[in-house]
Amino acid sequence: MSTRKMKLDSSNIKNRMIENAMYIILITMVIVVTILRPKFLSLGNFQNILMNSSVRLIIALGVSGALITRGTDLSAGRIVGVGAVIAGTLLQRPDYAAKFFPNFPDTPVWMILLLAMVITMLIGLINGLVIAYLHVPPFIATLGMQSIVYGLAQVYTRNEPIGGLKVELTSIATGRVFGIPNLAIIALIVIAFMWFILNMTKFGKYIYAIGGNEVAAEVAGVNVTFTKIRVYALAGLLYGLAGVLMAAKSGGATANYGIGYELEAIAACTIGGVSTAGGVGTIGGIVSGVLIFELLKTALQFLGVTPDLQYVAIGLVIVAAVAIDIRKYLAKK
Amino acid sequence: MGQEIILEMNHISKSFPGVKALDDVSFHVRRGTVHALMGENGAGKSTLMKCLFGIYLPDDGEIILEGKKMDFHNPKDALNAGISMIHQELQPIPYRSIAENLWIGRYPIIKIANIPVMVDAKKMRDMSTDLLSRVRLNANPDTKLKDLSVSQIQSIEIAKAISYNAKIIIMDEPTSSLTQAEVTQLFEIINELRNQGVSIIYISHKMEEILRISDEVTIMRDGRYIGTYLSSELTMDLIITKMVGRELTNLYPPKNNVPGDVVFEVKNFTSPNPRSFKDVSFDLRKGEILGIGGLVGAQRTELVEGIFGIRASSFGEVKLNGKTLKINHPRDAIRKGISLLTEDRRGSGIFGVLSVRDNVSVASLDDYVDFHIKLNNRKLNALAEDNIRKLSIKTPSTKTKIQSLSGGNQQKVIISRWLARDPEIFILDEPTRGIDVGAKYEIYSIMVSLARAGKSVIMISSEMPELLGMSDRILVMCEGKLSGIVEGKDANQEKIMELATKYM
Repeated sequence: MSTRKMKLDSSNIKNRMIENAMYIILITMVIVVTILRPKFLSLGNFQNILMNSSVRLIIALGVSGALITRGTDLSAGRIVGVGAVIAGTLLQRPDYAAKFFPNFPDTPVWMILLLAMVITMLIGLINGLVIAYLHVPPFIATLGMQSIVYGLAQVYTRNEPIGGLKVELTSIATGRVFGIPNLAIIALIVIAFMWFILNMTKFGKYIYAIGGNEVAAEVAGVNVTFTKIRVYALAGLLYGLAGVLMAAKSGGATANYGIGYELEAIAACTIGGVSTAGGVGTIGGIVSGVLIFELLKTALQFLGVTPDLQYVAIGLVIVAAVAIDIRKYLAKK
Repeated sequence: MGQEIILEMNHISKSFPGVKALDDVSFHVRRGTVHALMGENGAGKSTLMKCLFGIYLPDDGEIILEGKKMDFHNPKDALNAGISMIHQELQPIPYRSIAENLWIGRYPIIKIANIPVMVDAKKMRDMSTDLLSRVRLNANPDTKLKDLSVSQIQSIEIAKAISYNAKIIIMDEPTSSLTQAEVTQLFEIINELRNQGVSIIYISHKMEEILRISDEVTIMRDGRYIGTYLSSELTMDLIITKMVGRELTNLYPPKNNVPGDVVFEVKNFTSPNPRSFKDVSFDLRKGEILGIGGLVGAQRTELVEGIFGIRASSFGEVKLNGKTLKINHPRDAIRKGISLLTEDRRGSGIFGVLSVRDNVSVASLDDYVDFHIKLNNRKLNALAEDNIRKLSIKTPSTKTKIQSLSGGNQQKVIISRWLARDPEIFILDEPTRGIDVGAKYEIYSIMVSLARAGKSVIMISSEMPELLGMSDRILVMCEGKLSGIVEGKDANQEKIMELATKYM
């Protein structure tokens, strides 16, 4: 009898650990790296991590809607690139020698930001239309869009790197308010916005409903087609914002910006508990997923792991994290 | 009952976090008999069978097969020991042939110099033909499974069980999607297996069937063993009393609704699919419960789904309060005050991973929007809590995922979803399928009180007693056509069966 009770207790602890696996990994990582490299826990490094994760977080939040509805968005990264090159080509310093459009007037940043976001939203809208009306599986539809958009961005930039961005733009990325990087503040606003959408609006409830059971959603009167279109259009909008911020952060842009970011975003969402089976995922989870990802990369750099081996480590962590996390949902024997 | 006991499950207990699913259950099966296992949902039948089939490991107790103590760690162990299970939801591989489905995982192999080289397709086909004849299925082993009917696929599963030289075959609700004729055929196969000395453990909610086919009945309640009885000594009332643990004097609530004027008319309703429903016309009165009877395949579900706009572009006319409705999508029907509880709860009813609250509110979010955008989550919560109380839904909280509730409670949650819309016409397609006796009664009561409140109810049912017990009028369909409408008080089983087979 007493051995049985002990068994129960130990399995309880195990369950608890599985429930909170992500946070345990996160904290362990920070502790281990801090012991080995005390500088890891510095303010500068912390700000750095925040800035790096901000852009990725915005992309991840865009992808998450697609993931929750059981879709995916492989075009995310390249659409980010589109946002970046729009900002890059239209927001160069007036006195910059190699201006892309020598005669383009000096335009306020907010106008170009808006333009970039509208264009990327339209690209996302097309994704949504193809997925919802033509019933092309999201994996394929966005894979196609990935290639199309990349090609167009290359044509648009004539494959040239763009530099000489206006200070008004770059200062968005470098600036701070009370020591908090602007980028982090923008990310916070996007987090709040997406949290509101997912938890407090009909649109959000329908996103979960479609992911939970698309047929049942249809029967319950949910406009599945329209909701899906909105999901991809909203994602496009966020990619545009992320692209402009990326250009601001690096002071330049090429069509290659954002390549591969969709995979990182999907991985971060999955690490954060967004289920690829649909209907499950929280903003908190996505934020921690992105942070874990970014922390891991920085930790590896601090530990002096070579970039090549970093890829290996990141891959291992993605698979391991999801393997642990999925225990929550597996039927217990 | 002279046959020796082939299987003993003694003092089996099994707990899950927070629930004792099985509490000291013993279960003995004799060789060459059909042994029915009965109990309400949640009584522990499935858990017991999963312990027997190696899907769950019991916490306590022993399993003895032909005198030998067994220790099954997975279904493969059980299969090798001679126990097969035919699940309620069949798991065919649709685009593969019958032969491959039968022998998957153990294909006969041609070996050269003792090295396995390729699948022996001819041998596999011959073995399959032999098996098919034993389950009286006249089909080419090369036929793909997707081209077979549900009952044929079930025969394949039985053939598979036979191929393992099964001594015991567990059948979980084997008739839930079979037509009457197919049930008869299944019973012939079962009888033959019984004569060959195979034991069948038969799980079903359908009492007539159980009394017809089984030799012995074991009844469980709340994870406990209640008793084992000879079928010849049982009656339906007795079974129900033992399953429920109390006297159930009435299976149906008193019907005190009074049908009034016609509110809803369906005229010459025809599916674009020539094999589906055609030229169906009927009307529905205020405060009426209209039953729709017929055999499986009579296109009843297709008809109501057509009316509800799930199957678009049907021909004909639908009128509500004299006005013609244009319904191209469930949304249109819902807005006009029509609700449909679909037949396939898991496929088109519940959102498994979502909370009870979200499941209740999903169809009426429009009514809970503040400032054109923000949902009033407090009111949504109150809506869910209200329904949980009114329909006595058993759930730990409004946040619980619906998939962890029992079938009956899930059904009540979806009924709440539609009640929240306050529909004028409520269509319920097999509302009590796979639901235990107690919950059935509650669902019937909801239907009657809706009718009393002046709403109109349409109920599709394949259970004759339910149709007769609940309906003011019964509409019967056969092969997609309306074969007759009978007044409830004039209806009887024979009359309905006659109409249900009119065009066959």
